[in-house]
Amino acid sequence: MEFTSILFYVFSLFFVGSSFVMIVSRNTAKAALWLILTFFSAASLWLLLEAEFLAITLILIYVGAVMVLFMFVIKMLDTDQSTLRAQFTRYLPLGIFVSLIVIVQMTLVLNAGPFDLDTVGLPEQHGASYSNITAIAQQLYTVYVYPFELAAILLLIAIIAAITLVHRTQVKSKKQNISEQINVQAKDRMRFASIKKNSTKESK
Amino acid sequence: MIALSDYLILSSIVFCIGLAGIFINRTNIIMILMCVELILAAVNTNFIAFSYYGSDLSGQIFVFFILTVAAAEVAIGLAILTLMYRNRGSIDIDVTNTLKG
Repeated sequence: MEFTSILFYVFSLFFVGSSFVMIVSRNTAKAALWLILTFFSAASLWLLLEAEFLAITLILIYVGAVMVLFMFVIKMLDTDQSTLRAQFTRYLPLGIFVSLIVIVQMTLVLNAGPFDLDTVGLPEQHGASYSNITAIAQQLYTVYVYPFELAAILLLIAIIAAITLVHRTQVKSKKQNISEQINVQAKDRMRFASIKKNSTKESK
Repeated sequence: MIALSDYLILSSIVFCIGLAGIFINRTNIIMILMCVELILAAVNTNFIAFSYYGSDLSGQIFVFFILTVAAAEVAIGLAILTLMYRNRGSIDIDVTNTLKG
């Protein structure tokens, strides 16, 4: 067995195992940590497939930004775990049943032969001077330049939408509002409060 | 040697685990969002495996765009989640039945 095959099986074991532990873990924060391990093993598998740029991107963006955002929201919202997990076991058999059927079907189809080594074969081997980032950049900035700019616009819209959704407007500035000053009435300025003379609560 | 079908079977297994996660954790929106991320990781592995074995870089560029869209989706999803928690005091999916559709 080759060394890359051993690496593939080790990373696959981590990929499948940590994703399984993630979906059955009862604590949402622990599930997020297991998902981070899943992303790391996925990035390692992508490194085996010579997709270095995407592997680094997965770690930097997903583990560094998205999962930190998840942890932030999980810790900030402080959800009640007991009500969230009340129906945990109720849908467990159905979920396992559906997934097992899909796994068996996909394995049967994929093992039938159209994707194995005899049909597809091995990919062409690149030399040591081959750079994945250079190749991706040459494609991305020539053929896919308009989708690239669309993705930038999409991210801008996402920023605006997220800020607009959660931002609370606070009135902090003490600027002069002239129309309010002109329209003010006497009853707004002074308030008469009726106070009882012999209040018994003061003696206590 | 590792064939293309091995990568496809691996990503289909992870895809189904993510699917089962949505079934199991269907009351917790945060868990559902994380299971969607898991499914996306499996699909991206599929794309990259085809890109490697077919010697075509288009698959990797597609994965790049999927990562962009998924990051935007998570940002807006978590913003909606924060807003929902602020208005209702809970992120239980069973509470969100006010539309009575």
